[in-house]
Amino acid sequence: MRYESQKIAAWYWYGALLVFALQVTFGLIGGIVYVLPNFLSELLPFHSIRMLHTNALIVWLLLGFFGAAYYLIPEESEREIYSEKLAYIQLAIFMLGGVSAVVGYLFGVTASHGRSYLEQPLWIKFGIIVAALIFLFNISMTVLQGRKTAITNILLLGLWGIAIFFLFSLYNPANLVLDKMYWWYVVHLWVEGVWELVMASILAFLMMKMTGVDREVVEKWVYVIAATALFTGVLGTGHHYYWIGTPSYWQWIGSIFSSLEVVPFFAMVVFCFTMVWKGRRDHPNKAALLWSLGCSVLAFFGAGVWGFLHTLHGVNYYTHGTQVTAAHGHLAFFGAYVCLNLAIMSYAFPHLKNRAPYNQVLNMASFWLLSSGVTFMTVTLTFAGVVQTHLERVNGMSYMDAQSQLGFFYLMRLGAGIVTVVGALLFIYAVLVPRTKEAISPASAATAPAE
Amino acid sequence: MSELLTKSAARNIFYGGSAFFFAIFLALSAHSHYYAVTKSTTAPITDSVERGKRIWEAKACFDCHTILGEGARFAPEVGDVFVRWGGDKDPKGAHQMIKDWMKSQPSNTPGRRQMPNFKLNDKELDDLANFLVWTSTINTQGWPPKKAN
Repeated sequence: MRYESQKIAAWYWYGALLVFALQVTFGLIGGIVYVLPNFLSELLPFHSIRMLHTNALIVWLLLGFFGAAYYLIPEESEREIYSEKLAYIQLAIFMLGGVSAVVGYLFGVTASHGRSYLEQPLWIKFGIIVAALIFLFNISMTVLQGRKTAITNILLLGLWGIAIFFLFSLYNPANLVLDKMYWWYVVHLWVEGVWELVMASILAFLMMKMTGVDREVVEKWVYVIAATALFTGVLGTGHHYYWIGTPSYWQWIGSIFSSLEVVPFFAMVVFCFTMVWKGRRDHPNKAALLWSLGCSVLAFFGAGVWGFLHTLHGVNYYTHGTQVTAAHGHLAFFGAYVCLNLAIMSYAFPHLKNRAPYNQVLNMASFWLLSSGVTFMTVTLTFAGVVQTHLERVNGMSYMDAQSQLGFFYLMRLGAGIVTVVGALLFIYAVLVPRTKEAISPASAATAPAE
Repeated sequence: MSELLTKSAARNIFYGGSAFFFAIFLALSAHSHYYAVTKSTTAPITDSVERGKRIWEAKACFDCHTILGEGARFAPEVGDVFVRWGGDKDPKGAHQMIKDWMKSQPSNTPGRRQMPNFKLNDKELDDLANFLVWTSTINTQGWPPKKAN
C-alpha cells in the first residue's frame, strides 16, 4: 500500500463480501424452491427471494467497484484520495440503503413503481444517487488534481455513466412499452456498456501491476477495448427491443451489433494472455493472476458466447423469456463482474493487510469451486432452456406442463448452487483470515518481488 | 500494433466513435418512443389500466412472471394471458377468469409452485385485469410463437 487513503478500499470490500455471502445464500434458497416448490412459500415467497438475490448482487458488485476505484486511483493519480471522510460517509449511506432494502424486502416492502432489479423504494434510490454523487465528486477531484492516465480516464467515464444511466430508474411511465425501453437504459447500458469500461480499466491496472508490461502498451489496449465495447454495446441494446412493442428495425440492428458484442470480450482475453506471456515479471500473487485470466475467459464465454447463442432475432423469437436467458445471465455476471471484483480483491488485500499473499492456495481452490459451480449451473439451465423452448415455443405445450419436464435440470442446478456457495465462503475465508505463512507454497512463487 | 495505431489515435477513435454510435442510438430511441405511443397499440391507457400497472409493480409480479418475455421465469407469461384465456372471443369471461384466479391463490397443491394471495379488493382486481387486457393489444412483432394455454 503506497498511499494511506487506499485503505478505504478494505472497508468497501468488507461490505461487498458480506453482501456477496447474502447474495449466494438467497440464490441457494431460490434454487431449493425450484426443486421443492412449497419450501418457505408462505414465509418468504419466491418473488422476495429473487429480488434479494439480484439486488444483493448489484449492491455488492457496486461496492466492489467503489473499493477498486479507491484502491487504484491513488496509485494511478499519484496522490491521496481527495477526502477520506467523504468516502466513509458515502459508504455509510450506501450500506444503510442496502441494509434497509434487504430488511424491507424480507417484509415485503418494495417500491410502489418497482421494476426488476430496481425494486428499491424511492427514498433508497435517492440515497443511492446521493452516495453516487459524493463518490463521483471525491474521485473526480482526486483524478483532476493528480496524474491523468488512460486507466483513470476510462474508469471515470464508466463510473459517471453508471450514475447517469441509473437516473432512468426514476422514470417509469404508464405505457408498458416505454417503461421497458427505458428500463434497458439502466440494465443494458450498465452491464453491456459502461460496466465494461470499468472492467477494462481494472483489468488493465491488474495486468500492468502483475506482468510489468509497459504502460503505453496497456493503455492503447484499454482504448481499443473500450471503443469496441461501446461501438457494439450501445446499438446492441436493440436485442432487447425485438418483442416489447418497439419497431421491427431493431431486429436487424440488434442482431448485427449485439453479435459483435463478443469482440470486446475476445479482445480482453487476448489482452490478458498476451500481457502475461510478454510480461517480464513472475508475480508472487498467483491467485490474483488466476482470477484475472479467469475473468477474461469466463466473461468471454458467459457474456460473449452465451450472449451470442440467443441474440439473433430468429433464435431469440423462440428462446425469449426461457431459462436460456437465466443461463446466460448467471455466467455473464459471474465471469465479467464477480471474477473482476474477486481478482482486484485478491490482488489488493495482501497489500492492504501488509502481508505476503497468504492463503492463495485456498483462494485458487475457491476460484475452481466457484467457476465450476457457476459453469455447471449455466450448462444445466441451458439444457433446461432448450427443452423448455422446444416444448413451449415449438410444440405449444403450456408453461406449467413444460416446467414439470425440467425437474432433473433444476435438481442439477441446485447441486451446482451448493458448490458455488461453498466456493464463495472459501474465498471470503481465504482473503480475510490471515495466516503467518502459506500452507502449500505455490510453485516458483517467491522469485520476484511484489509490486 | 504499435506502428499501426498510436495511443492518441486509439483515444480519439474511442471518444469520437462512441459519440457517433450514441447519437444514432438516441435518434432511434426518439423514433421508437414516438412509435410506442402512437403505433404499438391504439388502445387507450385509461386510469384503470395505469392503476393496474402500478399494482403489478408494487406487488413485484415481475419477480415470478414474465411480461412480454421479461421478468423472472418462475411463473407463466402474462402478456398474452388475456388472449390465451379466450379474451378475443369472450372478453368479459376472460376478465373474470383473471380475477377469480387471483382470488383462488395459493393453490396449496403439494409439489406445485405457489402464488401468494395478494388480497386485492374487487376494484384493484378489475384494474389489474384491465392492465393485462391493454398489454395484450401491444404489437409484439408476432411474439410469442405459439399461443399455448
